[in-house]
Amino acid sequence: MALESDVAVFVDGVLRYFQNTVQQAAECGTPYLAMDADPETSDYTGIIRIDGRREGMVAFTAPKSMLSVMLMRMQETDMGHDNLCDLVGEIANTLSGNARRDFGAQFNISVPTVVFGRSGPLQYPDSTRPIVIPIHWRNYNARLIVCLKD
Amino acid sequence: MNAEVMHRLMVVDDSNVIRRRIERAHDLPGIEFVGAARNGVEALEMHARLKPTLVTMDLTMPEMDGAECVEKLVARDPELRILVISALADKLTAIEAIEKGASGFLCKPFTDRQLNDALRKLITG
Repeated sequence: MALESDVAVFVDGVLRYFQNTVQQAAECGTPYLAMDADPETSDYTGIIRIDGRREGMVAFTAPKSMLSVMLMRMQETDMGHDNLCDLVGEIANTLSGNARRDFGAQFNISVPTVVFGRSGPLQYPDSTRPIVIPIHWRNYNARLIVCLKD
Repeated sequence: MNAEVMHRLMVVDDSNVIRRRIERAHDLPGIEFVGAARNGVEALEMHARLKPTLVTMDLTMPEMDGAECVEKLVARDPELRILVISALADKLTAIEAIEKGASGFLCKPFTDRQLNDALRKLITG
C-alpha cells in the first residue's frame, strides 16, 4: 500500500474516533515524514506494536489537558492519571484496529503500552521513518505517529 | 432484582474508560448492569458468580482474549447473548467472532446510539 494510502487510512480513523467518541470533529493537519526519526511526544503516549503482514508501531500522543477534556465529553468523572493512561492507550488501540479494515486481518496489533511524560524517543523499526499526522481538536494539539515497514 | 429487569449485563474490556462508558451509556429498559471484567479470565470467574444474560466483549485483551472467552462462555451457557465490541474492524474478525458464538458485532469507536441499537438487536433478535 502506498504511503499516501497508508496515511489516508489513519486520518479517516482519527476523524471517525473524535466524531463518534466525543461527538466533536477533529481536524488533521498536513502529515509529514519525521526527518530526524524522533518526533516529539506529549504528556501521554499510547503505543501499539504491529506485526504480521506489516511490521512497526502506531502511537497516539496528547497533552493531559486534551485527554482530560475528552474524558469529560465522555461523561467520565474520574480524570486521574490511570484513566488518562487508559484513554490514550485505547485511542491508539482503536486507530490501529480500525486500520485492519484496509490492511487486512494479517495486520496484528498488540495490547497498548503507555508512556507518561517525555521520557525519550519511541522505538521504531530499523530503516524506517515515522509519519506524523498532526491532530487539532478544540484548542488542543495531538499527534498520531505511524511507522510501518513496507 | 427489579421485577422489570429481564437481562443482566456484564461488560468485558481491558479499558476502564470503555467499561464505564458502556455502563453509563446503555439506557434500554429491562437491562441491569451487574458487573465488569478486565479480561477473559476475570469474565469466566464473574460469569459463574453474576449469571449475566448479556455480555459485551472486547477482543484484544491480556490474560485471555475475547475470542477464546466467547467460545468458553457459550460452551458453558449456550443461551448467553454476547455483543463483541472491538476496534478490529475487518469482516473476517467479525465472522470469526460470530462463528465462536457471539450474537452481534459492534466496531469501536461507537456512539451511545450505536451501542443501544446493537444491544436492542441483541435482546430482540
